[in-house]
Amino acid sequence: MSFIKQITNKPWERKGIIGPLRPEGAFPVAPEKVALWFFLGVVIVIFSLFTVSYFLRMELPDWTPLADPGQLWFNTGLLIVSSVLFQLTRNQIQNGHTAKVKMTLLAAGLVALAFVGAQLLVWQELQAEGYYLASNPANSFFYLMTGLHAVHLLGGLWVWSKSIIKLLSGAEAKEIRLSVELCTIYWHFLLLVWVVLFGLLANT
Amino acid sequence: MAYVPLADQEQELSHPHSWITKWVFSQDHKVIAIQYGGTAIAVGVVALVLSLLMRLQLGFPETFSLIDPSGYYQAVTMHGMIMVVYLLTALFLGGFGNYLIPLMVGARDMVFPFLNMMSFWVYLLSVIILMASFFVPGGPTGAGWTLYPPQTSLAGTPGSDMGIVLMLISLVVFIVAFTMGGLNYVTTVLQSRCRGMTMMRLPLSVWGIFVATILGLFAFPALLVAGIMMTFDTLLGTSFFMPAIIEAGTPLDYNGGSPILFQHLFWFFGHPEVYIVALPAFGLVSDVLSVHARKNIFGYRMMVWAIIAIGGLSFIVWAHHMYVSGMNPYFGFFFATTTLIIAVPTALKVYNWVLTLWEGDIRMNVPMFFAIGFIFTFIHGGLTGLFLGNVVIDLPLSDTYFVVAHFHMVMGVSPVLVLYAALYHWYPKASGRMYNETMAKVHFWCTFLGTYAIYLPMHYLGFLGVPRRYYALGSTDFIPESAQALNTSITLAALFVGASQLLFFINIIWSLKHGKKADPNPWGAATLEWQTAETPPIHGNWGDKLPSVYRWAYDYSVPGAHQDFIPQNTPEAEEPTFDDQHFDPDHDKSKAEL
Repeated sequence: MSFIKQITNKPWERKGIIGPLRPEGAFPVAPEKVALWFFLGVVIVIFSLFTVSYFLRMELPDWTPLADPGQLWFNTGLLIVSSVLFQLTRNQIQNGHTAKVKMTLLAAGLVALAFVGAQLLVWQELQAEGYYLASNPANSFFYLMTGLHAVHLLGGLWVWSKSIIKLLSGAEAKEIRLSVELCTIYWHFLLLVWVVLFGLLANT
Repeated sequence: MAYVPLADQEQELSHPHSWITKWVFSQDHKVIAIQYGGTAIAVGVVALVLSLLMRLQLGFPETFSLIDPSGYYQAVTMHGMIMVVYLLTALFLGGFGNYLIPLMVGARDMVFPFLNMMSFWVYLLSVIILMASFFVPGGPTGAGWTLYPPQTSLAGTPGSDMGIVLMLISLVVFIVAFTMGGLNYVTTVLQSRCRGMTMMRLPLSVWGIFVATILGLFAFPALLVAGIMMTFDTLLGTSFFMPAIIEAGTPLDYNGGSPILFQHLFWFFGHPEVYIVALPAFGLVSDVLSVHARKNIFGYRMMVWAIIAIGGLSFIVWAHHMYVSGMNPYFGFFFATTTLIIAVPTALKVYNWVLTLWEGDIRMNVPMFFAIGFIFTFIHGGLTGLFLGNVVIDLPLSDTYFVVAHFHMVMGVSPVLVLYAALYHWYPKASGRMYNETMAKVHFWCTFLGTYAIYLPMHYLGFLGVPRRYYALGSTDFIPESAQALNTSITLAALFVGASQLLFFINIIWSLKHGKKADPNPWGAATLEWQTAETPPIHGNWGDKLPSVYRWAYDYSVPGAHQDFIPQNTPEAEEPTFDDQHFDPDHDKSKAEL
């Protein structure tokens, strides 16, 4: 446990330079990645609190579960494809196979956009069947949690759009290496969040 | 805007060319800090005026027609929310965090300067939204700063149509701003420290701000979640929190929501929030005490561990705010226990501050007055916290003025005294000028004695059973008429303290132009921010070479050294007593025993 070791140092005992010659952070990665880890922590807290609220609210008598549309399985598939494509893009840049990067990165984002669109279709379908936002707390939670997940995905797509525009206007693939890497982590994470959410919504 | 990478660091800094990019849309952490601080103080003055309006009503009921019951509740609500979130959180983390972190860890700037700038502008937006609620029909919300449903959204509560919506939106926007800033502070402390700056060589100010920021990142989401769900309830008719309820004879569309769920979410944010404010205060005051006592901080490691322990424990005490909301007795037992446990590391910090002063070469400079004043007010506020942490004592005292006195003492007056200590301490660095010392000391005595005149009698009112949140007491059997005399005296003291804050504003504004030019290091402090070549530090902080750190932040009164402090960036070789011939093996031991 290096953290424990760190904070048990007696700083008044040792003088002189401690550590490497060049300034280096606590983690040997880009600061953007450290910030992303903390951000993922924040997002985990947000969705955990929604989940806890969901369980607490579920126990009250007016809860009527809603029939989950089968289309959600298809949407989940879209999100998995998008995540895989991001991983592919990352690997291509990592291994120097930059020829197809444009295609895979573009496809990754577009499939994610398709997921958001498909989620909207699910909403419309539910509305058409009479599952309105305010008619039952189960509906409210469904719209709220899927909506919030989509908002997070749109945030990721904003970063993706900056990289793809950079790439299409002639930048080298390695210039967007870091943002593709961050997007890949973020996409896998949002896929995981979605799977947990889907499991929660489908089984209750 | 051109981006020029500096030779010794990969980080790119933006170099502003025009007045606008230098002073308005600046990416320099010091300018952003001053913008954050200025906005927070300005909105804090609004909250101060609101508290004086409340006191006028309480001290002289039926005298002032401009304060009606609605206006009173709106003043109570806005005073509380502004002070806790928009003043204290923003000033400690956005203001001092921004100014001190890069300077103290030896970085040129925050790791994400653009995000840092965005953080301020989004914060300003949240303040503007909040202030806008004063001007909408119905005025700002009067639901109390805890915003408990269902009363927040019912017609009887002032501001239940527009006011509450603006409040919730403003909070959500604030949380976005805080998250942008917070990711920056945490990443900068972890990744951007200069050569030789280990985590255990960080000044306690940075430790306090660092841990408080992590608390904020993980606690504010609870408020976000609660805020979003309540906005849905208010605007879209969902029933997350709203139970089936009848408003003025008409049943509303709500059904089955859980108000207690809101309380849990709110306090899961609300209690860590106390420490989001307190931990930076603990850190800053530790540094101020150590510098002006010319002694190393007593028990540095214990101080760091206590900060971490308090940070962790602060997430499992929240329901002590809810003893009267109804809960399983075992639940109450658990939260009473954790509340008493968190007092242990907190008390440890207090002992260490006192022991830092013990046999110190104390310089009674202005920041030292405020720092020692803080120890007094914090002990008083902390002790009453032990009363209220116990369920059986809390039940009769809940919702009385005893609670008001407790939390104002512990998280109103105490952090504000630290803020003044810190403002007076770092003002010479930030402005390059000294302030008028006599005026600052008068300001201290007025504030310190004045706040005691306000809050000590409130404890007694609480024991009498005077309830808080009442617009007027009217006549009751259990409250003697003398309570009103006490209320009047509290109001007079509050007006006096409020007016005496003008001394502070006059002093720092006047000194900006006419103050004596400040030395680069007027207090003889060892931490890095005092070792910059320019005062105030220029953009990029360190000229063309980053500092290197050779020692911890508290080398004061080292025996044999030619000065009574050794800056963190002084190499061993330049220390006269530390060369090879005269190396004293017992030196460290004797110093540790000091």
